[in-house]
Amino acid sequence: MRRFSWFNATSLALGLAFLYLPILILVVYSFNESRLVTVWGGFSTKWYGELFRNEQFLEAAWVTLRVALVSATVATVLGTLAAYALVRAGRFRGRTLFSGMIYAPLVMPEVITGLSLLLLFISIGMDRGIVTITLAHITFGMCFASVVVSSRLVAFDASLEEAACDLGCTPVQAFFSVTLPVITPAIVAAWLLAFTLSLDDLVIASFTSGPGATTLPMKIYSQVRLGVTPEINALSTLLIGVVALGVVAASLAGKRMEGRADP
Amino acid sequence: MTRTPGQRLLVALPYLWLLVLFLAPFLIVLKISLSDLAVARPPYMPQFDLSEGWAGVAAFVDALDVENYVFLAEDSLYINAYLSSLRIAAISTVITLLIGYAIAYALARAPRRWRPTLVMLVILPFWTSFLIRVYAWIGILKTEGLLNQALLSVGLIGEPLTILNTNTAVYIGIVYSYLPFMVLPVYATLEKMDESLLEAAADLGSSRLAAFFLVTLPLSLPGVLAGCFLVFIPAIGEFVIPDLLGGSETLMIGKTLWVEFFNNRDWPLASAVAIVLLALLIVPIVLFQRQQMRQEIGT
Repeated sequence: MRRFSWFNATSLALGLAFLYLPILILVVYSFNESRLVTVWGGFSTKWYGELFRNEQFLEAAWVTLRVALVSATVATVLGTLAAYALVRAGRFRGRTLFSGMIYAPLVMPEVITGLSLLLLFISIGMDRGIVTITLAHITFGMCFASVVVSSRLVAFDASLEEAACDLGCTPVQAFFSVTLPVITPAIVAAWLLAFTLSLDDLVIASFTSGPGATTLPMKIYSQVRLGVTPEINALSTLLIGVVALGVVAASLAGKRMEGRADP
Repeated sequence: MTRTPGQRLLVALPYLWLLVLFLAPFLIVLKISLSDLAVARPPYMPQFDLSEGWAGVAAFVDALDVENYVFLAEDSLYINAYLSSLRIAAISTVITLLIGYAIAYALARAPRRWRPTLVMLVILPFWTSFLIRVYAWIGILKTEGLLNQALLSVGLIGEPLTILNTNTAVYIGIVYSYLPFMVLPVYATLEKMDESLLEAAADLGSSRLAAFFLVTLPLSLPGVLAGCFLVFIPAIGEFVIPDLLGGSETLMIGKTLWVEFFNNRDWPLASAVAIVLLALLIVPIVLFQRQQMRQEIGT
């Protein structure tokens, strides 16, 4: 085992500083008394107060939360099925097309996905709003979910499922009593990923939403175009805090579950 | 393995979903890109009318033309936007690779018990909102922003630099936002690498630098390749970063498409822009998918 060199320690420290400084600065300036966002005017939490009195923000947050909860849940179910099909179903007709449709959305520019979904909804005469945003989010969320779950499924020995079947389990029973406990951490991670991607999406939501359905990123974007404001800093800080807590909690829970699943 | 109806359903459900909500929309975009702009709702023609039977279909096909594509090819604005997107994405990918490789290498060499925490620290910013992370840079990069204040107070520069609303700001934004996509795949290949190979190289008289270029780098190529795809492809169509950090000199096709659609309301032309962009991306996307499949079989 070689020791951790100064060169490596420095590049790691610089890399982490690059990743975290902008976020840190944003958080610090959300507590700035002054409306001028680059001049420090003393500590204050007044922008958080302003934020909670702003009904447009609250309403947009509620829309975003509902879309994210529903879309992440459906996307995780579909994504797990897709992962199962990719890893366990062997060769079936159209497998190449299927895997292509799973991987393509991961790198597809959002403007193309957004535009194409919007034109689909219009051509089948569907009213745009929360429902269309949710359908769009399910579609890209399931692709990310399926990649996360399939990486876990690949590592899991299929002969355990076969053994369960030999001992008289139906395939469904084998899935719920053997496979599911092992891939649960991956499923939780997949749900969280789909959830945050949905919370975060601006471009696809802008294309697929209609009058009356404004998500939080759309609201933030329209404000940000007018310049940096302390309210947006405060809102960003809250979102960062929630996500950081969620991810840390999930990883701790995941570790505990994994500890139980792998004896 | 025999297939039960249940297993068929397992495959069919996600398959059908993707066919309807991923593949079909592209065919619609293709169709509309061949249509003409119309002052109507929806703002394009011809409309597909099944009630007229085959005559309707024939009339519909007749009315389609490649006019929008001819327009794209003749107007230098669009060609320049495509080329400039490719250039900005390529330059950003190279910078991301250099920074990302250094971080991934350091992660893989860190003491084993620190690694999970360090990897999580690299991933954590990726979980927070993309929009917010791009927005954070506005306050740092603008003329009276924090970077200029810091540089001025140290005396490194005499007057504020203009960084916001230039291509430099776009590079910074892309590198910053996509860095975890590069670090993770490269780290995954470096971590799996057998360290005794490096000892063998040293025993055979190779210097540490030579061992890096002859052993480590070639072995990490699959991760480098995956990382480059994950950065390069989405960066080409990026909208938020050039819109918030870029300026008038920044020409990127994702933004052009957005303006064509939302500001000019020219849906057929926006569709043609999307189809050409997709045609440009199809080669890297297929290569990426192949590489992912190979990785999956390999593990």
